[in-house]
Amino acid sequence: MALLISSSPYDRVPLDTPTLMRRVCYCLLPGIAAQWWFFGSGNLIQILLAVLTAYGAEALIFALRGRKLSQLKDNSALLTALLIGISLPPLAPWWLVVIGTGFAIIVAKHLYGGIGQNLFNPAMVAYVLLLVSFPLQMTSWLPPLELQLYPITFADSVSAIFTGFTLDGFSPHQLRELADGATLATPLDTLKTGFTQGHTANEILINPVFSGLAGLGWQWVNLAYLAGGLLMLRLRLTSWTIPTSILLSLFICSLIGFLVAPDGTASPSMHLLSGATMLGAFFIATDPVTAATTFKGRLVYGALIGLLIYLIRTLGGYPDAIAFAVLLANMTVPMIDALTKPKTYGAAR
Amino acid sequence: MSPHSPSLSTLLENLKAGKLHDFHGGIHPPGRKTPANLSAISDAGIPEELILQVRQHIGQAAHITVKVGERVLKGQALTEPLSPMMVPVHAPTSGIISAIEDRPLCHPSGLSGLCIVLKSDGLDEWRARFPVADYTLLEPQVLISRIHQAGIAGLGGAAFPTNVKLAASQVNDDSAVHIETLIINGVECEPYISADDRLMREHAHEILQGIEILRHIVKPKLIILAVEDNKPEALAALKAAQQAMQAAAQSSAELAPELSPEQQAELLIIAVPTKYPSGGQKQLIEVLTGMQVPQKSLSSDVGILMQNVGTVFAIQQAIITDEPLIRRVVTLAGEAFAQPGNVWAPIGTPVRYLLKRHGLSAERDQRIIIGGPMMGFTLHSAAAPIVKGSNCILAPRAAELAPPGDEMACIRCSKCADACPVSLLPQQLYWYARNDEHEKLESHNLFDCIECGACAYVCPSSIPLVQYYRIAKADIRHTRQEAEQAERAKDRFEARQARLALEKEERQARQAKAAAERKARMAEQAAKTGEDPVAAALARVKARQQEDTPALTAEEMAAARTARKEEAKRNRALKAAQATEPDNIEADAGTPPASGKNPAVLAALARAKARKAAAESDPNADINADTRAAESATPAKNPAVAAAIAKAKAAQAAASKRDSIAPRSEKIDHKKEAIKAAVARAKARQQAELEAAMAAVKTDDSPAVVTNSQTRATEQPAASPSAHTKNTAPAAEGDAKKSAIQAAVARAKARKLAQAAETEPATKQASSATEVDTEVDAETAASSPAAAAVKEQPETASAADAKKAAIQAAVARAKARKLAQAAESEQDTQAPNSTPVADSTADSATGSETKSVSSEPAETLSPADAKKAAIQAAVARAKARKLAQAAADIQQASAKPEAQPEIRTEPETSAEPGPTDAATKKQAAIKAAVARAKARKAALAQTAETSHTPPSDKEEQS
Repeated sequence: MALLISSSPYDRVPLDTPTLMRRVCYCLLPGIAAQWWFFGSGNLIQILLAVLTAYGAEALIFALRGRKLSQLKDNSALLTALLIGISLPPLAPWWLVVIGTGFAIIVAKHLYGGIGQNLFNPAMVAYVLLLVSFPLQMTSWLPPLELQLYPITFADSVSAIFTGFTLDGFSPHQLRELADGATLATPLDTLKTGFTQGHTANEILINPVFSGLAGLGWQWVNLAYLAGGLLMLRLRLTSWTIPTSILLSLFICSLIGFLVAPDGTASPSMHLLSGATMLGAFFIATDPVTAATTFKGRLVYGALIGLLIYLIRTLGGYPDAIAFAVLLANMTVPMIDALTKPKTYGAAR
Repeated sequence: MSPHSPSLSTLLENLKAGKLHDFHGGIHPPGRKTPANLSAISDAGIPEELILQVRQHIGQAAHITVKVGERVLKGQALTEPLSPMMVPVHAPTSGIISAIEDRPLCHPSGLSGLCIVLKSDGLDEWRARFPVADYTLLEPQVLISRIHQAGIAGLGGAAFPTNVKLAASQVNDDSAVHIETLIINGVECEPYISADDRLMREHAHEILQGIEILRHIVKPKLIILAVEDNKPEALAALKAAQQAMQAAAQSSAELAPELSPEQQAELLIIAVPTKYPSGGQKQLIEVLTGMQVPQKSLSSDVGILMQNVGTVFAIQQAIITDEPLIRRVVTLAGEAFAQPGNVWAPIGTPVRYLLKRHGLSAERDQRIIIGGPMMGFTLHSAAAPIVKGSNCILAPRAAELAPPGDEMACIRCSKCADACPVSLLPQQLYWYARNDEHEKLESHNLFDCIECGACAYVCPSSIPLVQYYRIAKADIRHTRQEAEQAERAKDRFEARQARLALEKEERQARQAKAAAERKARMAEQAAKTGEDPVAAALARVKARQQEDTPALTAEEMAAARTARKEEAKRNRALKAAQATEPDNIEADAGTPPASGKNPAVLAALARAKARKAAAESDPNADINADTRAAESATPAKNPAVAAAIAKAKAAQAAASKRDSIAPRSEKIDHKKEAIKAAVARAKARQQAELEAAMAAVKTDDSPAVVTNSQTRATEQPAASPSAHTKNTAPAAEGDAKKSAIQAAVARAKARKLAQAAETEPATKQASSATEVDTEVDAETAASSPAAAAVKEQPETASAADAKKAAIQAAVARAKARKLAQAAESEQDTQAPNSTPVADSTADSATGSETKSVSSEPAETLSPADAKKAAIQAAVARAKARKLAQAAADIQQASAKPEAQPEIRTEPETSAEPGPTDAATKKQAAIKAAVARAKARKAALAQTAETSHTPPSDKEEQS
C-alpha cells in the first residue's frame, strides 16, 4: 500500500482564493445594478472593456513571466477590472478604460510581483493615473437618467464610448447639459464648486442633483454597495474592521465639520452616501493585499482612510477622494503593521 | 500563583457561575466525531507480533533488560529507566522476544529505530501483580515512582513523562510556586478523535479515582475537569460518577477528618465551548482561568498542573490494579474504515493489524494519519506500531479530506492571524520563513507557535503554513547549534592565542635577557681586546658576498623566479611518483635526499652533467661526473643517466657560451643554473617555431617515417636538417649540439603529431605505422616501461590515445634515424645551427619533458600513472644518451630498429651499458624520441597552458 505523505493540517476551509474573489465580485452586483438603473448602461460597457483588457494584460504578463495561464483563474484580475469599470464615467472613451486597466494590471500589479505583492491597490492606481492624465474625460459623469435631456440607449452608449458621439451626434459633454443649459455635475462636484464660489450649503442643495439624503441616484448606488458590502461581511469574505472603521471615521469627521460649520461643509449623510464612499469602504479599501493585516492595524488603516477622504473632499482640489485616500493609506500599511503587532500569547506587555 | 493571575476564590466563583474566558483566534472545523464515537471501545485482540519502540516518549530511551529469545510475561518491564526522563516499556502480553532491532517508527520522519519485537504466545499470562489497597497510605514519592515504573507518559499526544510532571508538583521548601490548580484535560478538540470521549463515558469512575490519586500526590486547592461541550455523554457520565463517589464517601465513615469534603479541594467538571484548539494546554488554561502562561514558562510556573484524562486513567490502572501502560484507546476514524470505532490496542500493535481488523479499504494514495486531521502526521509505513501517544488512526478518503491544492500566492488576507490561538502573525512569519529571516522570525515569536494548524486551515491560498514554520524552526535550531559550536571554537582559539602570546612574551623576555647578557659580555671583551666584534662580523659578511655573487640582471632574476616556480611545481607533482631510476646526484644538484627518486632530480643531474659538458675538453670533469653518477646503483653508462647527461650537456654548452659564464667549478650556483634552464627553454620554444617556419623545404629523407596522412609529421624531419645547415655556426662541441637539435626536432614533431592525432583520430594511422612501431607501442613492448606507459594511457584516457602514441612513436623513430644521419653528415662538415638557440633546445628537452611528465600526475592521473610517466621520462633520457653516444662514436646510420626487447629492458634493470652495437644505439635514439614525444603529448593533452606549444603548432599548420 503506497501511503501518501503530506503535512498537517489535512482539513482546510473550502474557501480558496479564486472562490473568495468571485464571491466578492458577486457582492458588487447590487451596486452595479443600481448604477445601471440610474446612469444607464455605459458602466456595463466599461466593465466589459475593463475585464477584457485585464485578462488580456494578465495573460500577456503570464506569458512573459513564463507562468501558467491557469493562474488567470484566481479572479483577482476580474475584481480589479470590475472596480475600474465601475469607477469610470459611463461614457468615457474606450481608450481610457483600456489604458487604465492595462496600467493597473501590468504596472501596479505585476511589475510589483503579481498577486499578493503589490503595495498599491491596482484599481485605484489606474483611477488616479487617469484622473490626473485625463481630467476632462474622468469627470464627465452623466446626470441620472431622469435628469438627462436626451435619453441615451445602449446603442448610444456604445457609440459614445467608441466614437465620442451618440448615435444622435451628441458628445458626452452635451449630454450633461440640463434643459436650462447648465452643465450637470456629480453632487460632490456641485458642492465643491458651490463652496468655492462662496455659496452656502443650503443654496447649493437647491440644485436638482440633490434630492433625498445625498444626491439623486448616487444615494441609491451607495446604498446598493452598502448592501453588497454587508452581504460580504455576512459571507465572511472580509473582516468588518476596515469598512466599519472607514465609515465611522468619515462620519465622525464630517459630523464635527458639520456641527462646526453647517453652512460651509457637507452633511455626514452627504459624505457617507455620495461619491464612492460605500464602494471604497467595502470593496476598495478592503483589498487584502494592500490593506493592513493586524486587527488594530486595520482599524487604524480604516480610520486613516476615513480621515483622508474627509480632508481631501473638504480641503483638496478634487471632489471625491477615495482613490487618493486609499493610496495614501496603502503607503502607511507597513508602518501600521509594524506598530500594531498583536501581543503574542503569554508575552509580557 | 503569579501576580497577574486571579485569586483562587475569584476563579472558583467564576467557574461555578459558568464564566469562562476565550482565547484569541481558533477555528471551528467540522467535528466528524461520529461514527467512531458511537460504539463502545472494543478489544483489538492481541496481534501475533508486537513492536515495542524502546523510546515512545519525550526523553531518553531506557535500558533494555531482555534478550532475544527470552520469554516475558504480560506487564513485565522490558526496559529499565535510569533517570526520570527515561520511561520503561512493558510487555503487553506474554511471549518470546523474537528480535531487538530497527523497525519503522511511529514518527513523521518514517525513520526506523530500535524496537523490541515480541512474539505473542497467546497465553496472555500476567506477571505477579501487586495492587495497592489504599494509596492514601503511600507517600506521594512512592506513588510517583510507581507511575514511573508503570511507564506512563502523557497520553494526550506529547508523551511527556508523567512522573517528571508530578515530581515537579511536589512542594519543596524553597519552591516559589505551589501547584494550586490541577486541570484534567478531557477537551479532545481535534476532529475525528473520540478516544478520550469514549474513555470518559465508559470509565468515568476510574478516571475520577485517578483524579483522587493525583489529588493525593499533588494536593491542589482546586481541580478542574474540562470537557468540550460537544461531548455531553461524557460530561453526564463523569458527573454521575462524581455524584456516586460523593454519595459513597458520605455514607462511608472511613474518611479521615482532614479529608472532609469541606477541606478538600473541589472537583469541578466544566464544559468548555467547542473550539479548536481549546484542548491545547495553554489555551485551556486561558479558557478556564483567563490567564496566560508567560512565554518560555511552564504551566507549573503559574501554579497549574494539567493531565490528560487518558493519563489519569493509566495512573489509576497503574496504582489500583498494578497494570502498567500496556494498552491504550485508539480511535479508528475516516471513511476508508469499514468499521470505525475505538479500540483497546496493546501498545506495540502494528498499525497494519488495526487497519486490517477494521476493514480499511485503501484508495490510491491513501493517507494514514496518526493523530487528528489538524496536528497528526502521515505514516510512511503501516508496519509502524501504536505507541503510548497514538490516540487516533485516521484514514480519510480523498473526497473526505481533500489533499492540499496547489499552493497559491499569499494575498495577505490575514485570516491566519485572525485564527491564530497564540496571536501570532502567521502571514508575516510565512514571508520571513520563505526568506530565511531568522531574526525576524524570532522577533515575531515563531517559537511560540504550537503548530495547531489553524492558520493553514483557514488559508484560502492553500499555503502549508505549519510546514513552513516547522522547517524554519528546525533551521533556527540548527543555526543556534552551529553558533554555539562556533562560540566554543572561538573561545578555544582565543584561549590558545592568549597562551601563545604569553609564551611569546616569556620567550622574548628570556631572549632580551640573554641578549643583554651577551652584549655585556661583548662589551667586556671589546674592552679587553680593543676591537669592535660587530664591525668585524659585518666586514666578514660583506667580503663573503663580494666573493660569490656575480651580479644578476633583472631578466635573469625573473627567469630564475620562473625556473624556481617550475621546479617547485615539478617537485610537488612528482612527489607522489616513485621514479624507478636510482638517484645519482643528490649532492650534486643540491636536492634534498628525500626526493631522491624524483625525476626532477634527473633534471638537476642533467644540468650538473651539462656543467661538465661545458668543459668537455677537460676529460677529467666528464669522468668525474660519470663517477659521481656511478656512485649510486646506476652505472655511469646507464642509459637513463647518460641521456640526461647528454641533453644537459648540450644545453649547458650553449648556455655557457651565450652567457659567457663558465660554470666550470663544481659548486656552481644553483640559481644560475635555473636561470639558464629557463632561458634555454624559452629559446627552445623559439627554435621550434623557427623550424616550423622553415618547414617549407620538403625533402623527405626519413624512410622509416610513417607514410600516412600525417604529412606534418614527415615534414619535420625534412625541415630540421635544412634548419641545421642554414644555421650552421661554429661550435666547439658537435655532439652535444647535434643531440640538442635532435631533441628539438623530435619535440616539434611530437607536438605536431599529438595535434594531428587529436584532430584526426584515424584508424589508418595505426595500420600505416611500421611493423616495429606497432610492436613497440601496442602489443609486445610490455617489458618496456615507456611502452607500458603508453599502454597505461588508454586506461586513463581513451583508446585513441594508444593509437596516437603509436603514431608518435613511429614519427619519433623516424626522426631519430634521420638524426643519426644528420649526425653522420655533420661529422664531416660542421656542427649546424645557430648554436645558442638550437642547443638550448636540448636543455628545454630536459626541462619540458620533466615538466610534461610531472604535469600528468598533477592534473588527473593517479600516482601509478605518474610513476609511469617518470619512468618514461627516464627512459627518454636514457635513449637520448645512447643517441648522443651513437652520434659521437659511431657514424652509422643504417641500422634497423629491430633489437627492441633488449633495449627495453635496459632502463628498468639499470643494466650494464655494455658493448653496444650500432643497431642498439640507433634503437636507443628511437626510443628516446618515442618517450619524449609521448611525454610531450601527455602534457599537451592534459594541460594546454603549461605547454607553450599550441600557438606554435597552429603556426606550423597554417
